[in-house]
Amino acid sequence: MDTATATPLAPGFEQRVFDSIKVFRALADAMAHPGEIRRVNARPPAPTQLMPAAAAMCLTLLDFETPLWLQTSHASVADYLRFHCGCPMTPEATQASFALITNTLTMPAVNTFNAGEPEYPDRSTTLMIQVESLSNASGVRLSGPGVRDAIYLDVAGVSATYWRELQASRAAFPCGVDIVFIWGERIAALPRTTRVSC
Amino acid sequence: MRISTSAADTMEGYNFAYLDEHTKRMIRRAILKAIAIPGYQVPFGSREMPLPYGWGTGGIQVTAAIIGPDDVLKVIDQGSDDTTNAVNIRRFFARTTGVKTTERTGEATIIQTRHRIPETPLRDGQIIVYQVPIPEMLRWLEPREAETRKMHALGEYGAMHVKLYEDIAHHGHIAATYDYPVIVNERYLMRPSPIPKFDNPKMHMNPALQLFGAGREKRIYAVPPYTAVRSLDFEDHPFETQRWEHACELCGATDSFLDEVIMDDRGKRMFVCSDSDYCLARREKQQPAVA
Amino acid sequence: MYVAVKGGEQAILNSWRLLAEQRRGDTRAPELTLAQIRGQLGLAVDRVMAEGSLYDPELAALAIKQAQGDVIEAVFLLRAYRTTLPRLGVSLPIDTGAMRLQRRISATYKDVPGGQVLGATYDYTQRLLDFQLAAGGTVASAAVAASALPAAPRITEIMGSEGLLAAETPAADDPAPRDLTREPLEFPANRALRLQNLARGDEGFLLALGYSTQRGYANTHPFAGEIRQGTVSVEVVPEELGFAIEIGEIAVTECQMVNQFAGSATQPPQFTRGYGLVFGACERKAMAMALVDRSLRAEELGEAVTAPAQMQEFVLYHSDNVEASGFVQHLKLPHYVDFQSELELVRKLRARYAAAQPKSTDTAEAA
Repeated sequence: MDTATATPLAPGFEQRVFDSIKVFRALADAMAHPGEIRRVNARPPAPTQLMPAAAAMCLTLLDFETPLWLQTSHASVADYLRFHCGCPMTPEATQASFALITNTLTMPAVNTFNAGEPEYPDRSTTLMIQVESLSNASGVRLSGPGVRDAIYLDVAGVSATYWRELQASRAAFPCGVDIVFIWGERIAALPRTTRVSC
Repeated sequence: MRISTSAADTMEGYNFAYLDEHTKRMIRRAILKAIAIPGYQVPFGSREMPLPYGWGTGGIQVTAAIIGPDDVLKVIDQGSDDTTNAVNIRRFFARTTGVKTTERTGEATIIQTRHRIPETPLRDGQIIVYQVPIPEMLRWLEPREAETRKMHALGEYGAMHVKLYEDIAHHGHIAATYDYPVIVNERYLMRPSPIPKFDNPKMHMNPALQLFGAGREKRIYAVPPYTAVRSLDFEDHPFETQRWEHACELCGATDSFLDEVIMDDRGKRMFVCSDSDYCLARREKQQPAVA
Repeated sequence: MYVAVKGGEQAILNSWRLLAEQRRGDTRAPELTLAQIRGQLGLAVDRVMAEGSLYDPELAALAIKQAQGDVIEAVFLLRAYRTTLPRLGVSLPIDTGAMRLQRRISATYKDVPGGQVLGATYDYTQRLLDFQLAAGGTVASAAVAASALPAAPRITEIMGSEGLLAAETPAADDPAPRDLTREPLEFPANRALRLQNLARGDEGFLLALGYSTQRGYANTHPFAGEIRQGTVSVEVVPEELGFAIEIGEIAVTECQMVNQFAGSATQPPQFTRGYGLVFGACERKAMAMALVDRSLRAEELGEAVTAPAQMQEFVLYHSDNVEASGFVQHLKLPHYVDFQSELELVRKLRARYAAAQPKSTDTAEAA
């Protein structure tokens, strides 16, 4: 940054080029292996409301072309992301390329977000959901592309109702949202192809 | 917000892996969506590269967006590491990233390829990047993208089946020998880039992540690991791969794709593995002293 | 014993050196300077800038030198450089009405306010090879007006005031045009995007397509309403200032074709236009572009789409010479794996064919 002004903003990635490739590879690996918990191996300084993997993911993927929907508008988070990513904030969930969810108890239903169009299913929202813990030891059973047989994923704070809604939304494939669960430095992804059984 | 990362500036004046960070970010987003929708062609803002269109600009952009300093890169063209285009692309990445390159399939973390899948089975964690000239499988049946996009949206692939069935009616079998159509995850019709159909079965349930880049056509698509890839066929005409009556005359392999090499002007020929690394590794194993 | 071809890297390096030698040519002749190329091959420089989508005569001259005068290769070099440049901002639309004119002609009126200005043109040269040029020599200086030509109104404005010409004003919510060097084309493409594509499209391709409309493949009944060539100011509004400042000037050629339109249920009969705008002095390209632009408007004007020049996907996907050149020439790359597959197939088919022939015609195949 060429700004020398004293700012309360946290500084973002230490090594922009190399941190973002590391984080992207973790994300791609997670997306290619649904449910498998991965570490992003980067802890960019960030406001406390942003978990390290959430901050890292935003710094890696967001910019002026990706409207972001924030579940709760912490000024510090919005300022941080606006400064480092230059992403526009949108109050419309259907307009968002990315959505950051910080409270699973009050998060909106899956179909609140943009699922893309049948001809352009890629134009859908990617949900970043911060959670209280992730484990592959138990939980819902996941299968589909990227999963050799089946894998279990336990996400603290995500209700059975939400999982059922999510599974129901799969009927609209190729439309659908893709989800990255975030816990500290860890992530687990659920692309729209993943089947969930409770 | 430009940060000077001098460590990242391998070739003077250019960013690590040539592309600027904004372009990489745009490509990375496209790759994530491609993985989430297996076989669907994600449009992306393909950039003008310092290599000609049709020579791997899509594969190069995908590789540039995913490569990190710890990667080990292998580049093949026609299965071989030493064809000029493969050499040129490998050199491009060596100059712009400084990463380690290899000819060994097993050592590579990223393999960029044109027209082949290595014979050595890929493993979980590896990424194979295909260079794609024409991503649209329906192009020869319907040149208008506005139409093919609708066909994909509806999963309406009857025309493709009719085309293959006409082949059977005319020739007694399906005439496609390369670029043979596949259905990914039982949903999207996908063009496997012009690999010989010999390689099609390797795509099915492959543990590696398969990424496809079409630069001129501005599309990226993907097959995640452990994903069903089915070559189109009919019950009475099941999909078959080519078989050779010869073994490789250098390593004796009977399970590899063979190139026919013309030896003289009287039509003398020999058959050798197209995968040069596979062939060499087999020969080394047979005669360690020669290696 | 067969040995796989090795040493590709050395071959590439040697090829680079050979190319450099070939480019330099006979070293007894003085080397071309960029100033000579800019000054004496100006129309080539303009074409490379136009199709390279980068206004920089110095770099275009360098590209021409490096490409040994191969214009499409030079365009490629400029494009590959352009892609690495940061985008610092977006200029305001240029005002061609305020153009400092070097040439301005209308074919639709005998005389027009501001006058017809012939300027420098090959149009009325007699195309005789000038052997004096071969010998070199001085050039007689032309008589030029003492003062700069005043800005002249565009002919289309004059026609428009009478309602004879369909108005072309941006909609109130006119969205910023998309940048097709950053985002892929999407169909149907709006006119802004189409014009963007045509402006960097290959001159030869547009020329042939425009010509095809004149020969009956979707005739648009064109008249050259006005062709003007000269320099215009480029202005930007820096965010921190909030008002426009001039950052320089560029030379452009603009062509407005005026085309007959019979009218429809909702529109009275009037003239419509085709538009061409190109960097530098590229009159042929600007005219061809205007013809093709008008053809591509067929759908929006309710005309039947029957000819190639009217088909958006056909025109826009094939206009780019860097894409076309790369893909045509990629056939040089080895394709022997796929060819091997085809060989196997053809042999199999031939064997089956031979087996199916009655014995007595065994020789037929050989014949």
